[in-house]
Amino acid sequence: MREAFVKTMTEILDEDPLSALVLADISAGAFGHVHSDRLINVGIREQLMVGVAGGLALTGLRPVVHTYAPFLVERAFEQVKLDFGHQGVTGVLVSVGASYDWTEGGFTHMSPRDVTLLDSIPGWTVHVPGHRDEVPALLRAAVASDDQVYIRLSTQENREAHPAGLHLVKSGWGGPLVVAVGPMLDRVLEATAGLDVSVAYAATARPLDTEALRELAYTNEVVLVEPYLAGTSAHLVSAALSDRPHRLLSLGVGREELRRYGTPADHDRLHGLTAEGIRASLDAFTAQRVNS
Amino acid sequence: MDSLLELRRRFTGDDKHLPSATSTMEVLWTLYDRVLHIDPDNPDDPDRDRFFLSKGHGPALFYSVLAAKGFIPAEWLDTAATVDSPLGHHPDRVLVPGAEMSAGSLGHGLPLAIGTALGLKAQGRLEPRVYVLLGDAELDEGSNHEAIAFAGAVGLDNLTVIVIDNQSASHGWAGGIASRFAVNGWTTSTVNGRDLDAIEAALTPLSRRPHAVTAIVEPKNA
Repeated sequence: MREAFVKTMTEILDEDPLSALVLADISAGAFGHVHSDRLINVGIREQLMVGVAGGLALTGLRPVVHTYAPFLVERAFEQVKLDFGHQGVTGVLVSVGASYDWTEGGFTHMSPRDVTLLDSIPGWTVHVPGHRDEVPALLRAAVASDDQVYIRLSTQENREAHPAGLHLVKSGWGGPLVVAVGPMLDRVLEATAGLDVSVAYAATARPLDTEALRELAYTNEVVLVEPYLAGTSAHLVSAALSDRPHRLLSLGVGREELRRYGTPADHDRLHGLTAEGIRASLDAFTAQRVNS
Repeated sequence: MDSLLELRRRFTGDDKHLPSATSTMEVLWTLYDRVLHIDPDNPDDPDRDRFFLSKGHGPALFYSVLAAKGFIPAEWLDTAATVDSPLGHHPDRVLVPGAEMSAGSLGHGLPLAIGTALGLKAQGRLEPRVYVLLGDAELDEGSNHEAIAFAGAVGLDNLTVIVIDNQSASHGWAGGIASRFAVNGWTTSTVNGRDLDAIEAALTPLSRRPHAVTAIVEPKNA
């Protein structure tokens, strides 16, 4: 996905004289072929990176800010909060690393809390592409808009691209609606093989299309499978279905600090996010309904 | 200047005339009266100079200057910090005409100013200059040092920082404030922060590097 971002962003810088890109060394080498005074690498200075982007926006430019997820959203969170929204200007954040793309790097390079944090500030659109081919259109639309947009890139991806909005991928008759966000789709489809459930996909996590959710969740059972902190979108599902009895299971990355390295597959297993883990959680959720 | 203090009194009520309460007065007045190319009738002119009050606390004099120069009605000062007033104890640029940044949390003005200075250059706007006012204690914030090093390294010559030094930093600045900028490639001036002519002269740099002016006033706790 990073390569798709670099290619598309390079094109945007060339095509759009009001676009700009601010880096803090991460991916600077990948943009080494770009020679523009709207490509600014501030060095390893993430607070400055976001502040500079806010200043560019104050002059009418459309800044894209890019680095590793924990350094972009967590380390520079006050700058994201104050140097964009509170100044009355907007920008586009594009991260790599996701929740644990580089598990060998340990806890400092994991960012399962990024979407939760941005969810605490009003007005942020969040895209979580599930395939590299979803990135160009999302990035172009983000730069062309005046919105606050976060695009969360990952090395985890599905076998094929899908439209970004919440939509049905697999229809069932009586079971829960399983909502897979971004790279979670393929494993959700594997986990639900042979089960009477419906599966929906969304790359656009904010705003979540709750109208579509209400329509698709006609059995009043929803299972959220998100590639970041478990329960990040639970409040939206609860609000969307507040006028009718419903059950909700929220799967995602756990809150505890595991203090483990290993591979992303190892961490998928530890967080119950393999196809097998998701299936086990689904079976338990379904059994709970039967027994209640 | 007396009229400025009258305006300020409308914001603060009881005015004790403490030097620390007016530490920015001469610098602000010099900027708005002699230096900045700005027009209250065209406050969004893309070719205007920009002034960022990064040290956003205690903005009474800033508001008073904006009122004196016609950016905001003086009547706004009478109801400041009430629920329907656009004027609070930290300025909000969305609410206050002429305010270039929303301030309050320290250490945000200089990075925003650097982005603005870069953005102006990238759009071929080479005439406007970007000014930022910091406090000496505000330099404690690490974001300023990210910014000072970067602006010096790229030779951002349309940027001027003014540091009001009233010795309020808890641990001081060994070697002096100016040296923090000079070592990173800035030109520097140190002036009496009560001397209008000296301030004006210091705010007129001729080099192709970013410029830092340290304006010394009475110690905060004197």
